[in-house]
Amino acid sequence: MIYKVITKSEFRKFVSGLIRENQTIGPKLVDSDREGNPIYQFKEVNSFDEMDLDYTQADYSIKNFYLPFREELSRFDYSNSDWEQNIEYHVHPRVIVGVRACDINALTKLDKIFMKGNFPSPHYIARRKNTFLIGMDHEPLDDCFCKSLNQDVVRHGFNLYCTDIGKSYYLTINSSKAFNFLRNVKTSDPGKEDDRKYIERRKYLKKKFRTHVEVTGLPALMDIEFQSDVWKKWGDKCLNCGSCAMVCPTCYCHGVEENIEVNLKRSRKERVQYSCSIVDFAEVAGGHNFRPLKEDRLKYRFYHHYRGFAENADEQICVGCNRCGRACLAGINPRDVINDLRMESEE
Amino acid sequence: MKYLGIDIVKPRLAVFDFTGCEGCELQLVNKEETLVDFLSLFEVVNFREASSDKSDAYDIALIEGCISRQDEVERLKAIRGRVKILVALGSCACCGGVNHLKNGFPIEDVVRQVYGDRKIETEKVRSLKEVVQVDLEIPGCPVSKAEVERIVIALVTGAEIRMPKYPVCVECRQQLNTCLFDFGEICLGPITLAGCGAVCPSGKVGCRGCRGPADDANYESFIDVVVDKGFTEAEIRKKIEFFNAFEGPAKDTIASLIQKRIKTFNAFSGVRA
Repeated sequence: MIYKVITKSEFRKFVSGLIRENQTIGPKLVDSDREGNPIYQFKEVNSFDEMDLDYTQADYSIKNFYLPFREELSRFDYSNSDWEQNIEYHVHPRVIVGVRACDINALTKLDKIFMKGNFPSPHYIARRKNTFLIGMDHEPLDDCFCKSLNQDVVRHGFNLYCTDIGKSYYLTINSSKAFNFLRNVKTSDPGKEDDRKYIERRKYLKKKFRTHVEVTGLPALMDIEFQSDVWKKWGDKCLNCGSCAMVCPTCYCHGVEENIEVNLKRSRKERVQYSCSIVDFAEVAGGHNFRPLKEDRLKYRFYHHYRGFAENADEQICVGCNRCGRACLAGINPRDVINDLRMESEE
Repeated sequence: MKYLGIDIVKPRLAVFDFTGCEGCELQLVNKEETLVDFLSLFEVVNFREASSDKSDAYDIALIEGCISRQDEVERLKAIRGRVKILVALGSCACCGGVNHLKNGFPIEDVVRQVYGDRKIETEKVRSLKEVVQVDLEIPGCPVSKAEVERIVIALVTGAEIRMPKYPVCVECRQQLNTCLFDFGEICLGPITLAGCGAVCPSGKVGCRGCRGPADDANYESFIDVVVDKGFTEAEIRKKIEFFNAFEGPAKDTIASLIQKRIKTFNAFSGVRA
């Protein structure tokens, strides 16, 4: 890891250069809600000023730039007497700016599944390898609980990470690509004062967390409370609408569809983002459904997130961003569900 | 025409309209980029909007509109007698649709309101399945051409017809939309069957549920949500009853839930005030 310091005006020049040369995605103000609160989304930008790097919350994570809601896995052509399969995972180099620590950690978790898992996805790998990721720290929102899960700091999974130290950014350089890019602009080695400000800033951000979720021994607790009534209580509220999974930075469960084109000469195999809370997620041939009950579907989503399963060996995949909690119309959120489970076992 | 080297027998297709706006029929001839291929999947033998053929020999009939007159009943029964697969096309055919709103008033009042003293033969509207046996329903106001294409492809290739079972929210979130409840709108997305690509919420218009209920829709929780957000019984009913897509037991369940929840909500607000 190499550390450098860059002034904010020089950083602006640096990012503007990247925007000029590459497809760049950054946080953008897109709307405001009924109370006038800003709504931000990661979208393609054409200039530095289109971005708002001080964005508060983005309803959607950057997951969909790596795992689009619908993506073509392969294409078949049978217009001649034989058939041909075509697999394409060509991705143009691109840049994503302003990603929070927890969202980068979410990508690192997805890497374990789609790059290092038993069935790596060439599509995911192409997107991941061809994306230059610039992370940025931020003040936690009221309901962020990434600190409880140790996801508020990030050590890898990015090219460059910026810590705001006033008039400059303290840069953590994590790839040769980032190091080489930075040769084109003015940076300096951090001095004593910069180091002090950096540590100060880290401490400050740590103190700013207002939501804490007690996760000690959570995987075991989940096993103990497998039959708990808590699941029914929250399951009864669940609308099965899948919103939680769609906004989650780590939910990656999907289905595969085969679609024949109208001319009957070609077809596509597509991966479609799905959710374990959706009614037919566990439906198999013949219409049998292994999880017909809402409470079971909700329970298994929590199990996957907080207990982990074989694929990621007991690692919790939640990063504590609470996007699911904010998106849920029925008011289901990890903090309350986990607290309920704890009360259950402590009674 | 071949698929995977096997000859496809083109079904003979007819399209008929009953009481409706013909918008669903228009959808069939929309989406020009695939229209020629779409029309090559079958032999159109009777389709007023697209052909001058008037044959009575067909395998599949797509039927738009609901039934609101006695002569329509006779016509529909005659079609049923001739056809192998009868498909209800669009919300009017599936559940009465917008036309069903008139069933809430005495029929004489409805006629007088629209036609004055002119004598008009009309009765309470019925969906197709209230009159004849329906083999397949494609909901929507209007139907989604993309979905019709998928279904027709499945029919001609002998594949299983797959339709979503989950609610509109799934597709709405996939469009990266901001939830309409955040804008203070009431939206039936959480209880309505997806398949439309969430067109209305994507245009910032709350879902009115034209496709009917999603599988295992959670009415209890949904009514809790809308009542808690302060929507009135009239506002909720207006949305839910618009297309009559939440018919039968769903309608009664929802009605009693609204009653129950509004009462508790008012009781609590009373305490708070």
